[in-house]
Amino acid sequence: AHDFRSTSHDSEDTELRFVTCQSLWNQIKSETEQIQEDLNKQLLDNLVSFLSRSHSDFQEKTTKWTCRMKFREIPTAALVLGVNVTDHDLTFRGLSDVLQDNITPYVALLEAKDCPGIKNLMQKLMGQLMNCDVEVDSLEDEDCVQVSQNRIRCSMPSLISWYESVTKETDSETPSKKRNSSSRHWQSPPVVVIFKDMESFTTKVLQDFIVISSQHIHELPLVLIFGIATSPMIIHRLLPHSVSSLLCIELFQSLSCKEHLSTIIDKLLLTSRFPFKLGEKVLQVLINIFLYHDFSVQNFIKGFQLCIVEHFYSQPLSVLCCHLADLKKRVYSLSHDQCENIRRLPSFRRYVEKQESGKQIELLTNDSFLKEETEKLLEDLHVYHENYVSVLRCLHVFTSSLPKYPLGKQIRELHCACLENQVWETEEYESSLQLARMLNKTDLVSMLQQCVEILMSSSGKEFDKSVEKLKEFLTQFQNLEAEASQERDVSGSSQKELQKKTDLYHLQKTLLELKESRRSKKLTKFEMLRFEVVDYIDRLVRKYLVPADNRTLHEIVYFNAATVLRGHLNAAPRTALHTALNNPHWYLKNQALKCDGGGISNKAPDICIVYKLHLECGRLINLVDWLEAFSTVVMAGEEPNAAAASSDQVDDIIHARFIRAVSELELLGFIKPSKQKTDHVARLTWGGC
Amino acid sequence: MPNLEHPAYPAADLLHLESLVPCRESQVSMLLSIFGERQQFSFPSIFIYGHTSSGKTYVMQTLLTTLQLPHVFVNCVEYFTSRLLLEEILIQLQSCSGTEQVSPVRCDTLNDFVRLFKQALATRELQDQTLYIVLDRAEQLREMEANILPAFLRLQELTDRNVTVVLLSEIVWELFRPTIGCFEPFTMYFPDYSIGHLQKILSQNHPPEYSADFYAAYINILLGVFYMVCRDLKELRHLAALNFAKYCEPVVRGEANERDTRKLWKNIEPHLKKAMQTVYLREISSSQWERLQHDGGEPGQLKGLSAHTHVELPYYSKFLLIAAYLASYNPVRTDKRFFLKHHGKIRKTNFMKKHEKTSNHLLGPKPFPLDRLLAILYSIVDNRVAPTANIFSQITSLVTLQLLSMVGQNDQLDGPRYKCTVSLDFIRAIAR
Repeated sequence: AHDFRSTSHDSEDTELRFVTCQSLWNQIKSETEQIQEDLNKQLLDNLVSFLSRSHSDFQEKTTKWTCRMKFREIPTAALVLGVNVTDHDLTFRGLSDVLQDNITPYVALLEAKDCPGIKNLMQKLMGQLMNCDVEVDSLEDEDCVQVSQNRIRCSMPSLISWYESVTKETDSETPSKKRNSSSRHWQSPPVVVIFKDMESFTTKVLQDFIVISSQHIHELPLVLIFGIATSPMIIHRLLPHSVSSLLCIELFQSLSCKEHLSTIIDKLLLTSRFPFKLGEKVLQVLINIFLYHDFSVQNFIKGFQLCIVEHFYSQPLSVLCCHLADLKKRVYSLSHDQCENIRRLPSFRRYVEKQESGKQIELLTNDSFLKEETEKLLEDLHVYHENYVSVLRCLHVFTSSLPKYPLGKQIRELHCACLENQVWETEEYESSLQLARMLNKTDLVSMLQQCVEILMSSSGKEFDKSVEKLKEFLTQFQNLEAEASQERDVSGSSQKELQKKTDLYHLQKTLLELKESRRSKKLTKFEMLRFEVVDYIDRLVRKYLVPADNRTLHEIVYFNAATVLRGHLNAAPRTALHTALNNPHWYLKNQALKCDGGGISNKAPDICIVYKLHLECGRLINLVDWLEAFSTVVMAGEEPNAAAASSDQVDDIIHARFIRAVSELELLGFIKPSKQKTDHVARLTWGGC
Repeated sequence: MPNLEHPAYPAADLLHLESLVPCRESQVSMLLSIFGERQQFSFPSIFIYGHTSSGKTYVMQTLLTTLQLPHVFVNCVEYFTSRLLLEEILIQLQSCSGTEQVSPVRCDTLNDFVRLFKQALATRELQDQTLYIVLDRAEQLREMEANILPAFLRLQELTDRNVTVVLLSEIVWELFRPTIGCFEPFTMYFPDYSIGHLQKILSQNHPPEYSADFYAAYINILLGVFYMVCRDLKELRHLAALNFAKYCEPVVRGEANERDTRKLWKNIEPHLKKAMQTVYLREISSSQWERLQHDGGEPGQLKGLSAHTHVELPYYSKFLLIAAYLASYNPVRTDKRFFLKHHGKIRKTNFMKKHEKTSNHLLGPKPFPLDRLLAILYSIVDNRVAPTANIFSQITSLVTLQLLSMVGQNDQLDGPRYKCTVSLDFIRAIAR
């Protein structure tokens, strides 16, 4: 997919970049898969216990009265997965793997698009079930023959007889070799049928299937799993009561996709484990696509992958975007061209300008000096990341508990704000500090404790002092409690004094005094301490949460090309088409086509002229007028006398060109023939784009 | 006093049969007299209809098995194509004629069926008996090929054998009758069970540990609660079995004896009411209900299916859905008034009142073109929306989620039209 080699010459370490990119992506991929697995674990465990419970009475063949009297319902799990349909595949794959490992080898996944009728559904179901059986004991060839024979009659009885034969087989021949595989399942494992997208199935198919299988539930221990994207109410909407009363539905809910995303961001972006970082704009694009359009975590990860590929592809210096251990070797093996690349980086140029003149010359001329400096700077950048993440988490502890969340509730919002610009200069930061100065003591203490934990667990070495300082604050808060009681006495005494005074003059005087003192009241010790704490946090923020753009050499690890990404991920076909037709210069890069504002150039392709003319029309377009206008535009460049000569008779060639252009527009879906008026076409679009 | 009398069958069998089919004696005796003696030709086709769980299938099955009449019993829902149906009949025929080896048969058309059917009957030992073919859920036959139903109705004539086809259905014969005309079957109606019948049938199988009277009293209470909403015998029996443990609780604990009806009623009545709101509607499943009962927990802590109505949607999907709702329920001419900043002055409302007497919500959603949806979307979203591919794919995914529905499957270029299928409450919840 990414062909680095052919595009640039080898002095830019293309080979190495490619390898680095791939290894990084593989790491990230396995990490995301791990996260996904952990998040789904709870859900899958619940489902597995439901399934193992569901047919527990199937083998026992109880003759108890209640069992005889009770109607045998089909155990059904309604699995609410959220609207992010693209993520479901992964969940289902995980689910069927888990089921096959723990419960039953007989799992069938059905999709609505494969099952327009009950016949197709049965075919698909039997195909999947019987094939899976062939896989389980692939040694027997006779089985395969039987399967193909059976496929002719896809009805429930043949399924049942298949099931009986299969279970009997595993019962009778459980000799040494098969013990391992079959001992995990019980004697008669349930048959699990998963409907991936419940909403898209037609009512009739579902109803028929449920009615049929409920008649055979005694012979075939069936369990249904409905994958639901919207709400479980859909079951009642799709199935009438007579059918839904055949089911024994239990509800399972998966984790919401927003939480899923938060975990992913937390584990992938807010960590110093991966050298690659996303710039603010890029992250914003990815998050916006997620929140505004699809809620799909898979797409988010795909977008992230695209960022990685794009970064390693387009930035030659990305070869230095590696783990700290490899850094030294890579820096020293840089070619001269690459050194020039470094010198060309804007952030490096800013850095150079700040240095004294002697060093400037060294940096710009001496490659080995440059390499030393680069290594140092990159190490600094790495340290900066470690500190950044820890302090960001600390700040998040504070801001996430403030009323109205001026800096956002999620840590990703805070992260974006910090990346964007110097966060302490924003109004939101100011107001959150104001609010933080009004926190009560218990909250403050618990937050401080959390911060201490975060800083302790971080790998940065600079935090020892901060941790000590925070701990000191904590002890001071504890000491305060003792003093608080004393203070109460003081205020009590002043109250007493007030009661003593009896005459009006003195009373007035003391009251005024009290008022005065209250206005310029000295801060209590607690308040002083609170100010100190908030100021300290503020200092930490100012020191460590500097936006990455200000760091030297940030271009190496940060991917910032948001427009490229947006073009790839959030394509706007209609806008692109409009631009192409309205302003052909944009794509064709022909100077002759460069037009000024609203004018129509006669050098533009015919379809562009026709398109521009049709923009001026209403809903119905008269073809004759259109042709007239078209020929006027086209003839405008030619000699005026020739045009005048044939003014009433349109040239055949122009006519043909016009017709071709119009039919091209029709093909593109801008117009269609109209039956309302003869010689008219109807516009299908409106507005500029 | 045996109601069923027929010279052809032994009295003991008839008595046994009668005990098995309570409250359906008259129908059974009617059927018996139509069937006649074993070797006699019967009516070519009989059509039996009646409401859900009025005992059609059960009566037919018990009648045929107790009297050991040769029969084939097929459910038409299960054998959804004519081929499957015909083959299944032939297979069952093989097995009931006593052949050990059931060989797969191929039967694609009715012509083949008639031929194979004759063959099968020829090899049977009981050639002189009427064969009964019972087609349950016969309404499905209408969806198969046009010749299937008329052929089954006159199968006796076509095969020239002693065979009777019995059709069981929940709908009346008038809805079956093909337009081209066919043989009219003998129609027979199974009326619903009355409350007395239900009481009698349900009380019949009481659990062995308790006396019949005790159980009958329980059934009486149960019917008092559920009869208003549910007359389905199967469902009632299921509910009875689910809740019986709770009813017995005071007796088991020794707080009341079996005759203490009032106390028992007080104990069970609220419980049953709760069951009606939850289990009966399948809001919570029977097994969850049983576990709750067992643990003695409150049903309130388990949320039913309809409690989870909230659907989380992406930002633009929400607005798309709201725009679709507005487009579906507002007439086109009000668009200008609602969504344009500088609309003209609102005309006097006299004119509107005349036409808009009925609420648009009663009329249901109206289809709207894609362009209108997008125009409304642009005007209700605050910031500029680029018409990206993502927006369009979101519309399609809303259609697959059944929140919107596509009207008319015509060409996409013609401008697709949609309808909004969600309710006002749903939109309200989203708009919050």
